[in-house]
Amino acid sequence: MANTDTTTTETPARPTTPPLTVMAALAIAFGWLIPGAGHLAQKKWIRGLLLMVSVCSMFALGLAMNGKVYKPNTGDLLDMLGFVGDVGAGGLYILSRLMEWGDVAIAAATSDYGTKFIVVAGLLNVISVVDAYHIAIGKKP
Amino acid sequence: MILALQLSHFSAAVTFSLFSSIVFGICFRGNPRDMVRYGAYCFSVFVVGMLVAGWAMRFLHR
Repeated sequence: MANTDTTTTETPARPTTPPLTVMAALAIAFGWLIPGAGHLAQKKWIRGLLLMVSVCSMFALGLAMNGKVYKPNTGDLLDMLGFVGDVGAGGLYILSRLMEWGDVAIAAATSDYGTKFIVVAGLLNVISVVDAYHIAIGKKP
Repeated sequence: MILALQLSHFSAAVTFSLFSSIVFGICFRGNPRDMVRYGAYCFSVFVVGMLVAGWAMRFLHR
């Protein structure tokens, strides 16, 4: 007697990785170098401008308050973490290092606030870069 | 740097809250209406939390 059992075991659908399109790569690169540019490149004008104004203002206010811009390889763990935050600001960080802005010692409370503004501006830019990537791969409208 | 902006702790915290809330609102919600609402929610949580923490520290300091 022939085996008529036709049940098959279905393998669960594997989650597919989103394709790395040209726009996704450009959104990451532009968004990191110029805050908000990842959104602007995808014609999200208002979002891009608001992100640009927010991140750039925070970074500029931090510098204006005599905040410190961290450098890599100082040997201090907290300085390294500060550097990771700062470098998220991309072009703003590179510009400030080139112009030697933020090369100060934290001596006053205002200076400490400024340092935190600069670190958080970098971290917020990382969030905006991830958002630009999600828009580019169609995960977010 | 010669320029040194002198913000009070309160004004610095409100400025910080404003810009952070704008980014949170845009990045963590999908449509414009929800973005505005979430941004306003984050801003209010930041400011209320700051005031509560400030008063708590004042009483704990005594």
